[in-house]
Amino acid sequence: MYRYDDFDREYVAARNAEFRDQVERRIRGELTEEEFLPLRLRNGLYLQLHAYMFRIAIPYGTLNSRKLRQLAHIADRWGKGYGHFTTRTNIQFNWPKLRDIPDIQDALAEVELHSIQTSGNCIRNVTADHFAGAAADEIEDPRPTAELIRQWSTDHPEFNWLPRKFKIGITGAPHDRAVTKSHDIGLMIVRNDAGEIGYEVSVGGGLGRSPFIARVVRDFVPKADLLPYLEAILQVYNLAGRRDNKWKARVKVLVHETGIERIREMVEAAFIEKKAAFKPVDPGFVAAIEAAFAPPAFEPVSDVAPRITPAMRSWMDTNVDAHKLPHYAIVTASLKPIGGTPGDATSEQMRALADIAEEFAHDELRVSHEQNVILPHVPRRHLAAVYERLREAGLATANVGLISDIIACPGMDYCALATARSIPVAQAIAEAFADLDRQHEIGPLKIKISGCINACGHHHVGHIGILGLDRAGVENYQITLGGDGTETAAIGERAGPGFAYDEIVPAIERLIEAYLELRQDEGETFLAAYRRLGAAPFKAALYPPEVTSHAA
Amino acid sequence: MARAFKPRIATGNALLEGDVVYFTAEGGWSRDIGEAAVAADPETAAALLERAREFPNEVVGVYLAEVRISESGRPAPDHFREMFRTLGPSNYPWLGKQAEKARV
Repeated sequence: MYRYDDFDREYVAARNAEFRDQVERRIRGELTEEEFLPLRLRNGLYLQLHAYMFRIAIPYGTLNSRKLRQLAHIADRWGKGYGHFTTRTNIQFNWPKLRDIPDIQDALAEVELHSIQTSGNCIRNVTADHFAGAAADEIEDPRPTAELIRQWSTDHPEFNWLPRKFKIGITGAPHDRAVTKSHDIGLMIVRNDAGEIGYEVSVGGGLGRSPFIARVVRDFVPKADLLPYLEAILQVYNLAGRRDNKWKARVKVLVHETGIERIREMVEAAFIEKKAAFKPVDPGFVAAIEAAFAPPAFEPVSDVAPRITPAMRSWMDTNVDAHKLPHYAIVTASLKPIGGTPGDATSEQMRALADIAEEFAHDELRVSHEQNVILPHVPRRHLAAVYERLREAGLATANVGLISDIIACPGMDYCALATARSIPVAQAIAEAFADLDRQHEIGPLKIKISGCINACGHHHVGHIGILGLDRAGVENYQITLGGDGTETAAIGERAGPGFAYDEIVPAIERLIEAYLELRQDEGETFLAAYRRLGAAPFKAALYPPEVTSHAA
Repeated sequence: MARAFKPRIATGNALLEGDVVYFTAEGGWSRDIGEAAVAADPETAAALLERAREFPNEVVGVYLAEVRISESGRPAPDHFREMFRTLGPSNYPWLGKQAEKARV
């Protein structure tokens, strides 16, 4: 776990004191709302539909028990006893009062957390593979790089007022669990022919109104060149990105309109200048960051076979993944109980997770962009105990990667930008497929739901994506098919006309029935069947003649 | 044919709490949409908005919302977004204005 040094501590304290002063000035009327808005956004404070919402950065999704217990305390003291984990691996608390925000920030600083750059047109929290440091297929833990980028990008004077927000995602494994291709910059740690470790750098990914998969701008950037290379990309974007139209201001639009070849030329030209001027990062400094992410003191291989109870079997299938050490496992705690709100955890659940991590799992936790919490280092001999404790806390639903493990943005239940609700749709789909045996029979399937075109719910990269819209004053849901957020990333294709709120669950049921009929065998996933067959048979299931004629 | 003018109210969020509030005929703010002042024509609506915006350090994000007039003669939300603003999050009925209503 990275620990703040004196600089970090003083920086965060000064920043919190500054925002406390800004809040007080706003309350006294010395700052107008227009003046205050960009200041509060830079500190993660939004005014949502029913109340304020405060977003806290969880750098590269990594937590320990102390941090998580403090988040539970904040939920109880200033929230309503729960928090919402987001698709950017942050946590949001709804309902805090404006006056209390500075105190919450101070409480966060006690455990080395903050809310800086969780909103605004700046470089946001860097997200990473939630299996980082534990995955069997990993080339290198991506988190030291993510931490380096965090330090470089925090309050970077050149990139503090970009045309729009800027998101960076990184994976250290060839299997992309971090949706890097949907980021403004996606980084994949790779080895070149000489065996050296570096980065494949992609640029211009993004979802929202104009979805794009990021394009590779350079297939190998040596480690020492990463920061000047990122500065070169940011500089090109900062100078050439559009500022006249909010909807065309992201780097993805620049890449799309300019073409990746021209962007590459511009970046490489800027890189020559940046590299010449760049003061190399002190190797001792990098080594200190890397040391902070050293693996925990793994226990030796035990002769005792792990106890696996029959009740655990389906949970083992879906919520337990292979660790790089054979006597360890990666456990995903599901924040998707059937009928629950995706990504929400109560303060009791946060404390339970903290206790389990501390007692059994080297005191490490991760938040995934899929809105679950991961215990990355669990000795297999503790799996039964961990399962029991998660089950008691309502965190052991055996549905990770299945149809009810749905990503959903807060939608119109909270969000001021939303055009329709997301959460009740996720709840209704999970309830329609509540039978876990049926879910396991359907197999791996990612449904992702957004309550507006901004696509916080990643619907474009869902195998089945659902987008909630306002059609003439009524909630209406569009379905996209065939999206993929992994290394074989793809944007889903719109299936056809949208469905009313009470029609969306039956539509999903027809789609699943069709898939079960169409698949070659149980091993062919929904996505594989879609890729083999194309959209036509799935569209036919969504829009059967009798339903269409009734609708018309 | 031009769309008929729907009656409007002025609404925003309280600066300190963030709560949804409605501008009243008395020139104050209420948490209850039923107490909102209603403008029946565009000119009255523009004037209502102007008056409601005279509290920039108490209420923020003030705008006009369409309403329908209920049988009791009180304004009620017309669009589903405004209906949710009178209630709270539909996933947690114990939170927001709906919880206060349930307690009454």
